[in-house]
Amino acid sequence: MSKNADVIEKEKVVVRFSGDSGDGMQLSGTLFSDTSAFFGNDLSTFPDYPSEIRAPQGTIGGVSGFQVNVGHSHVNTPGDYADILIAMNPAALRANAKWVKEGGTIIYDEDSFTEKGFLKAGYKTDNPILEDKLDGFNIINAPISTLTKKAVADIGLDNKSVLRSKNMFALGMVYWLVNRPLEFTEKFFESKFKSKPLVVEANKKVLKAGFYYAETAEHLSHSYKVAPANIEKGTYRNISGNKATAWGLIAASEKAKLNLFCGSYPITPATEILQELSLRKNLNVKTFQAEDEIAGVCTSIGASFAGSMAVTTTSGPGLALKAEAIGLAIMTELPLVVVNVQRGGPSTGLPTKPEQSDLMQALYGRNGESPLVVMAASTPSDCFHYAYMAGKIALEHMTPVILLTDGFIANGSEPWLIPNMSDYPEIKPPIVSAGTKDWQPYARDAEKLARTWAIPGTKGLEHRIGGLEKADITGDVSQDSINHQKMTNIREQKVQNVVKFIPELKVEGEKEGDLLVVGWGGTYGHLVTAVNEMVDKGESIGLAHFNYIKPLPANTKEIFKKYKKIVVCEINMGQFVGYLRMNLPEFDYVQYNKVQGLPFTTIELKNHFEKLLEEK
Amino acid sequence: MTENNIKLTPKDFKSDQEVRWCPGCGDHAILSAVQKALPELGYNKEQFAFISGIGCSSRFPYYMDTYGIHGIHGRASAIASGTKVANPKLSVWQITGDGDAMAIGGNHFIHVVRRNIDINLILFNNEIYGLTKGQYSPTSKLGSVTKTSPYGSIDNPFHPGELVIGAQGKFFARSIDTNMKLNKEIFIEAAHHDGTSVVEILQNCVIYNDKTHAYITDKEHKADRQLVLKHGEPMIFGANNDKGIVFEGTKLKVVTIGEDAYTKDDILVHDAYEENPEIHLMLINMHSPDYPVALGVIRSVKCETYDQRVEKQIEEVKKQSDIKCVDDLLRSGSTWEVN
Repeated sequence: MSKNADVIEKEKVVVRFSGDSGDGMQLSGTLFSDTSAFFGNDLSTFPDYPSEIRAPQGTIGGVSGFQVNVGHSHVNTPGDYADILIAMNPAALRANAKWVKEGGTIIYDEDSFTEKGFLKAGYKTDNPILEDKLDGFNIINAPISTLTKKAVADIGLDNKSVLRSKNMFALGMVYWLVNRPLEFTEKFFESKFKSKPLVVEANKKVLKAGFYYAETAEHLSHSYKVAPANIEKGTYRNISGNKATAWGLIAASEKAKLNLFCGSYPITPATEILQELSLRKNLNVKTFQAEDEIAGVCTSIGASFAGSMAVTTTSGPGLALKAEAIGLAIMTELPLVVVNVQRGGPSTGLPTKPEQSDLMQALYGRNGESPLVVMAASTPSDCFHYAYMAGKIALEHMTPVILLTDGFIANGSEPWLIPNMSDYPEIKPPIVSAGTKDWQPYARDAEKLARTWAIPGTKGLEHRIGGLEKADITGDVSQDSINHQKMTNIREQKVQNVVKFIPELKVEGEKEGDLLVVGWGGTYGHLVTAVNEMVDKGESIGLAHFNYIKPLPANTKEIFKKYKKIVVCEINMGQFVGYLRMNLPEFDYVQYNKVQGLPFTTIELKNHFEKLLEEK
Repeated sequence: MTENNIKLTPKDFKSDQEVRWCPGCGDHAILSAVQKALPELGYNKEQFAFISGIGCSSRFPYYMDTYGIHGIHGRASAIASGTKVANPKLSVWQITGDGDAMAIGGNHFIHVVRRNIDINLILFNNEIYGLTKGQYSPTSKLGSVTKTSPYGSIDNPFHPGELVIGAQGKFFARSIDTNMKLNKEIFIEAAHHDGTSVVEILQNCVIYNDKTHAYITDKEHKADRQLVLKHGEPMIFGANNDKGIVFEGTKLKVVTIGEDAYTKDDILVHDAYEENPEIHLMLINMHSPDYPVALGVIRSVKCETYDQRVEKQIEEVKKQSDIKCVDDLLRSGSTWEVN
């Protein structure tokens, strides 16, 4: 039955699933990722989907993709280019062929390769392979729709339901190609479609049919083997950035022994955080789906005043709407975490595509001198850590904190070594208790400059706060000019003092030398991969990646001094580099920027860094 | 409610801040009525939170010795919603004006009412922007001459009560700033009502819109121009107590008892507890000079509140869930071991 195919051992294999946005490509990709994780690989995923729920069928605009990189060695990115591409229709091929490695494998559904299909995808001839110059690739034309129908002909499922499972045929083929077991996916069908045994049976049959088809097909001459990764021992799970953010916030509230309150409004790509939090009422989470972005942040401010750990979640346009209210939280010095899952802008922009272009908005996008703490997470799983730290800083320093993530790490996922909450630091908000003598609303501790938090319901500490300038100590309304200067200074210094409570900046790669690569937030995976590969080749290059942006880590200057050249890489037109030029003007910075709604590729980064090193 | 029955007095609610409203402003009387009502409610002082937006009325929290937030323009409903949902044991009061609640905050206003969050919302309606010195507001009468409508306002005014009914509101009352006795009664009733209690106070801005409510409040004629509603009592008014409201055809009508064969028995009896809002809406929409203006508690219907539902749902979910802490959560669902 089985042919004599070669098995090629690989360090990493990148698979890209693509099809119509209704073809179930996100599910196929997720199941492949989960199976690979159980198998023991390290991995990183990147779902790439259109902002329309169902764009016109068969068109480029409606193509939904899911790329996953599975590895024996450590995986930091979803991979630049795919070893295997699944294209469920001509449009998927047209949109994704440029993302396949030279000579890679392209599997397409022959049944969808019709004249109508070519036309919709914008092909001018009836031979897309020649037209896109793909003849150098390993092209597998499989009649996926026909074979799917055949596989389940005997079980009496309607035609529509049958065709809906063709993504499982493609997945079955990929499982053979990458030598993956089927059991995990079969178990998934059993639990997902518990009440529909016919659907379970059909999906299992189609998955197997795809697997056996690949096993026997003559033109599939080899398969890949990616051995389990050599990673730290322990219990793992897959986690996406948005889920990790939600859980990190819950973890902080639990540690602080406070209820979590999230006032929010659905917005792509941040919505999953609100959805995940709304599931967790059992962990003292209250979610409030507000009538708009402004009410989202304002309900959170009201809840913060009432003694909850308050959070609001949004994306760029929503942060713009919340600006005035965040100013109120700054003036009232109430703890508040604002999560901004960045997307392409301006205006509605590219709602489902990643960008880092809200940094200046986070730092300065409010009226008046309105400083707050700005942080950024850098991988799907470390969203947990930084959401936790955002909560800790907001609560202990009595300040709003903006946590920046982006669509890339929010939707991407990776295996995560599950931490123990006992290993996380304490969170002790400065709550003041009843009976405190001579309490003053705006008196502060000397080290942090944080005021104390008197929560309504606490006897004897009745007081009023608000958006008008506050008199030092008493918190009464004050229009006094000297007082305004003093309070403005205090608010800035309070944020600067956070520097004593955050870790120092670390460098990966060479600790001193010719080129320092500087990045922040969600570009970490690509930057560290590029830098590590160059270090392995003996280049004098290091990476300083920032998670704390305001304030900057205390040793930033010391690190910058150790390199001849600094290049700041961002998915924007140069916002962090502008901030660095303002704060550390003694250094020369070159910059590398891109705004194409896509992450960097490690290849383009390496090319650029090599050029910079040659220029020395 | 009260844990230690120390009797509070209005003085306990006066803060140390000097009241800075203009002399003669209607706000002074409203403040005094609130301070008189609060000791009657059975709450401890620390359980009150007063939350406002921006405008003359919104300075109110500074003059109350309670917890309070002077917020940003239009957003008091949202801030108050967060405070109440976060801690439903508090007695939360929103102080707002016709600019704050009907213009910039219109969206939040209808949504707090729709959700029926248990806050007491006092809307000072002086039909003008006072703090910015005299521009027309969303409740200004058609034709109002103001700084931004020098040739007369061409905006159709909102009637707050109509919005309350439109947003499925359960409690609406109306009063006049200087009627301290009625105001105190209404505030107490509003506070006892579970859900969003909207109280519209017809308030006089002595500087920028003086006497805007004078037709109704005029001492000589007010008995003929005001109908003070009481649940269970007939809708009778007038200097001689001989006028009443009847329902004829599809409308309310003003009649004189003893004339045209109308007797006291024909007069409508006020039912504030009726769920169907149609008569309430007609009462809200009685305008001068054809009708007396309805005052008192016009609508007061029992309904579960949003904040009660939040607590109930949390209790139910907690009972069913095996996930008791974050460590459980992190290990829930699919996990695997690497050895």
